[in-house]
Amino acid sequence: MPHNLSIGELAERLARKETSSTELTRHFLARIERLNPPLNAIITLTAEQALAAAGAADRRRAAGESGPLLGIPLIHKDIFCTDGVRTSCGSRMLDNFISPYDATVVARLKSAGAVMLGKANMDEFAMGSSNETSWYGPVRNPWNTAKVPGGSSGGSAAATAARLAPFATGTDTGGSIRQPAALTGVTGVKPTYGRVSRFGIVAFASSLDQAGVFARSAADAAVVLAAMAGFDPLDSTSVDAPVPDYAAALDTPLKGLKIGLLREFFDGLEARNAALIHDAIAVYRSLGAETREVSLPNLPLSVPTYYVVAPAECSSNLSRFDGVRFGHRCAAPKDLMDLYERSRGEGFGAEVKRRIMTGTYVLSAGYFDAYYLKAQKVRRLITDDFRAAFEQVDLLIGPTTPTPAFDIGAKIDDPITMYLNDIYTIGANLAGLPGLSMPCGFVDDLPMGLQLIGPHFAESRLLNAAHRFQLATDWHRRAPRGYQ
Amino acid sequence: MTGVDWEVVIGLEIHAQLATRSKIFSGASTAYGAPPNTQASLVDLAYPGVLPVLNAEAVRMAVKFGLGVGAAVAHRSVFARKNYFYPDLPKGYQISQYEHPVVGRGSLRIVLEDGSEKIIGITRAHLEEDAGKSLHEGLAHASGIDLNRAGTPLLEIVSEPDMRSAREAVAYMKKIHTLVRYLEICDGNMQEGSFRCDANVSVRPRGSDKFGTRAEIKNLNSFRFVEKAVQYEVARQIELLESGGKVIQETRLYDSDRNETRPMRSKEEANDYRYFPDPDLLPLEIDDSFIRAVRATLPELPDDKATRFARDFGLSAYDAGVLSASRELGNYFEAVVAATGTPHAKLAANWIMGELSGALNRDAVEITAAKVGPKELSGLLARINDGTISGKIGKEVFEAMWSTGAAADAIIESKGLKQITDAGAIEAVIDAVIAANPRQLADYRAGKDKLFGFFVGQVMKATGGKANPAQLNELLKARLGAADA
Amino acid sequence: MSLTRQDVEKIAHLARLSITDVEMPVYVKSLSSIVDFVAELSKAATDSVEPMAHPLAGQSQRLRADTVTETDLHEKYQANAPSVQAGLYVVPRVIE
Repeated sequence: MPHNLSIGELAERLARKETSSTELTRHFLARIERLNPPLNAIITLTAEQALAAAGAADRRRAAGESGPLLGIPLIHKDIFCTDGVRTSCGSRMLDNFISPYDATVVARLKSAGAVMLGKANMDEFAMGSSNETSWYGPVRNPWNTAKVPGGSSGGSAAATAARLAPFATGTDTGGSIRQPAALTGVTGVKPTYGRVSRFGIVAFASSLDQAGVFARSAADAAVVLAAMAGFDPLDSTSVDAPVPDYAAALDTPLKGLKIGLLREFFDGLEARNAALIHDAIAVYRSLGAETREVSLPNLPLSVPTYYVVAPAECSSNLSRFDGVRFGHRCAAPKDLMDLYERSRGEGFGAEVKRRIMTGTYVLSAGYFDAYYLKAQKVRRLITDDFRAAFEQVDLLIGPTTPTPAFDIGAKIDDPITMYLNDIYTIGANLAGLPGLSMPCGFVDDLPMGLQLIGPHFAESRLLNAAHRFQLATDWHRRAPRGYQ
Repeated sequence: MTGVDWEVVIGLEIHAQLATRSKIFSGASTAYGAPPNTQASLVDLAYPGVLPVLNAEAVRMAVKFGLGVGAAVAHRSVFARKNYFYPDLPKGYQISQYEHPVVGRGSLRIVLEDGSEKIIGITRAHLEEDAGKSLHEGLAHASGIDLNRAGTPLLEIVSEPDMRSAREAVAYMKKIHTLVRYLEICDGNMQEGSFRCDANVSVRPRGSDKFGTRAEIKNLNSFRFVEKAVQYEVARQIELLESGGKVIQETRLYDSDRNETRPMRSKEEANDYRYFPDPDLLPLEIDDSFIRAVRATLPELPDDKATRFARDFGLSAYDAGVLSASRELGNYFEAVVAATGTPHAKLAANWIMGELSGALNRDAVEITAAKVGPKELSGLLARINDGTISGKIGKEVFEAMWSTGAAADAIIESKGLKQITDAGAIEAVIDAVIAANPRQLADYRAGKDKLFGFFVGQVMKATGGKANPAQLNELLKARLGAADA
Repeated sequence: MSLTRQDVEKIAHLARLSITDVEMPVYVKSLSSIVDFVAELSKAATDSVEPMAHPLAGQSQRLRADTVTETDLHEKYQANAPSVQAGLYVVPRVIE
């Protein structure tokens, strides 16, 4: 069945005219209609536009064009602005918002001929680690529908795991790609900050946000990332550097690769979870890599650092949602203050309001130095720790999350417990480093993720290391029951 | 506190819109007067997902200003967000510069009307974006928001609290106005809001080394309003203090209709702007070669021009200052002097500051659009210099030139204003006047010398003012002294 | 509790968020616990550390050419607006 084929295999069949984009698109649309309702992974289905885009891709191919994504269906996280299509960001605030433009990522994938099937559910404004903060309700994990899929890109992760599309886009501010990828057993890549344009991504925390990809293998992710990445003059923080041929580097042997085992990532990790990571490390040794333990002494401060920096930026970024030019406006405001307070009070959910208030507090007079400025300094300490580590090793390795997927409702009332889910992923965001998560085994029939972190712009090395692992193992080929 | 000798302390924050074609962070036009929101792009509207990219020209202009006031241009400056909610501020924050402005300390010399000079310190100048406008007409209990102006680049020029009177404040603001137009970084149009200021005003007993509590008067968009608002505010504060009250630190608005300042209701609650570095923008780095390139484009600055005018043309410091107040005026003056010759520079200066400026002001005409251009005015001055007409007739000719645009010679010819220099013709008129006024003649000869003026007047009247004054004097003296008359 | 109800009310007002009486105690509690949690940062020795605002070092702001690239699309952009009249975004009366 086409939904079990890789992007490479689908592209080959399209090239050989054994199938068409229209046929693939119909297949995935039918799957979504059948399988999505209990998952709630997709909140906007764009069947009509998808079929039109598939038809266009088929005509391009008939006219002699080719390309690794020409005619391949995908799902966008609903944080990416899509011209003419609702872009809700998982929020009541933007429930009625039709974007008048495409995000750069959307435009690039469109011009590569990829076909958008719909938009994926997510934590509201990407604030959450369980996909429970969405205005459109929680997403369920295809491996066990009582469990969360992780967040904030939970819809994209669940959709990829359930084979509702060959790949999906996501964004990662503190782990929002890697953590749900781990919890749903797929491969998720968060590139270096500045590698992929942020233009058209509804901003959460501007110095941390980065777009990336969910796929079922590193090889697939490499193809997609190559199409997404690259300089964008519309984003001042986008880096003007050539995009390497990720696919070409996939097969490079790992002999002599120096892998660092992050001591702080194993502290307190439950034995069964740790065992899976150690098994994965053994695979790498068998592939010729050298491993050694490294320590990042300031890393334990990454969660508090993040929960100052990210809310501070979000409190400012979300001020534009004021009920004036777009988005939710309260009924019959009695004056300007009422318009602001009620539109925002009604339009934002509890977690978003909590983060806006946290951010407002840490930036306010009298607290700025103790919280915001302090966090910026600790951020540098953490970044310096990573830099020192990469003087000794080529890659860092460890778990993506402390535990596999947890029950829906288990942590939603306790923000600190929820925040600690991102304890292993946040460091890479603070330092702007590329990270990748891929499945490395199961605990209680739930997937666990192995995380790779590399130095700035080492996406090729991460994808190569992940691909070699996936050639030697088959964890990434496992599909949840009912979605094979 | 009555009987105290109060000292006024004023600092200005001038907002100059930079004359770029596009906005500071978007590619929307900055042209004034377009229909509402037709020049508001997605970036200006703060649509979800959009990002700012800095306009190179705005940076160049800021650097130009820095060089113009002798300030250090920062090699590294940082954009920060100033957070507050207001409908004309779409993002809910203004992108500005806070701790690290692009232009550091500089200074400016002002010359007052009495010729006295003073140096006013400039604390800093930074780049920021303008807000939109709230319109209140035609909407019941509502306001309409036009975001065309949102994102227009502004240079905020912050002075030291160095001014001690409303006049000094106006002189300083005028000097900055002159400078930004010289540098061609701002069109200076105050009616359209391209150049406006906030004034920080306080008073203290003379001799005190502590500043009094200040009030900030927002959005003053004419020199006259600055003068009036400051005067009102000073009087208000002194009256308040002398009656035992206290000045509170607040933001006030000047109401020009009532000539008073009053507290701004929208600023009643204490602000907490929560400034922090804008993560969407990287540090602005300006290297020496950039600064050198900008320096190479600097025009002659107003003070340099004034010094040169005074030195080369023998003008007073005040006249030289007036004639260098704008590049256009200076160019006009120099063009006239080039045609009439340096020895006549003083005459040219007097005519430009007198008749020409009077007519320009009266009819609200820009100097570059005047019908009497430098060529025309030098044509007129040439006729005065060569004695064809007198200075007095010159004024009549100027008015005709101003209204018709005709050349001086043509007007002199068609109106028959040419001076009478034929001695015989003047003598004939003198004889007729003497003959008609025997009593005055007798009195004059009896010693009433001041009757000389009477005879001059009569001859001028009879010649329609055209008799050459010098010749007339000479001939009349001779005639009145002759015994046979 | 490191934050009082008054603190939270002040923050909510600064952030222009209406908070219901039912929600208020929940926020007082959770915001207090977050503030306590991030206070852990005070333990780090950061005396000579330069604050870090951007994840990539050595990058500086790029400049764009001063050209007008945008056209008038206000009707399209205003399709998302809750209230528009004569091309203006309408809000309750602004008092200066």
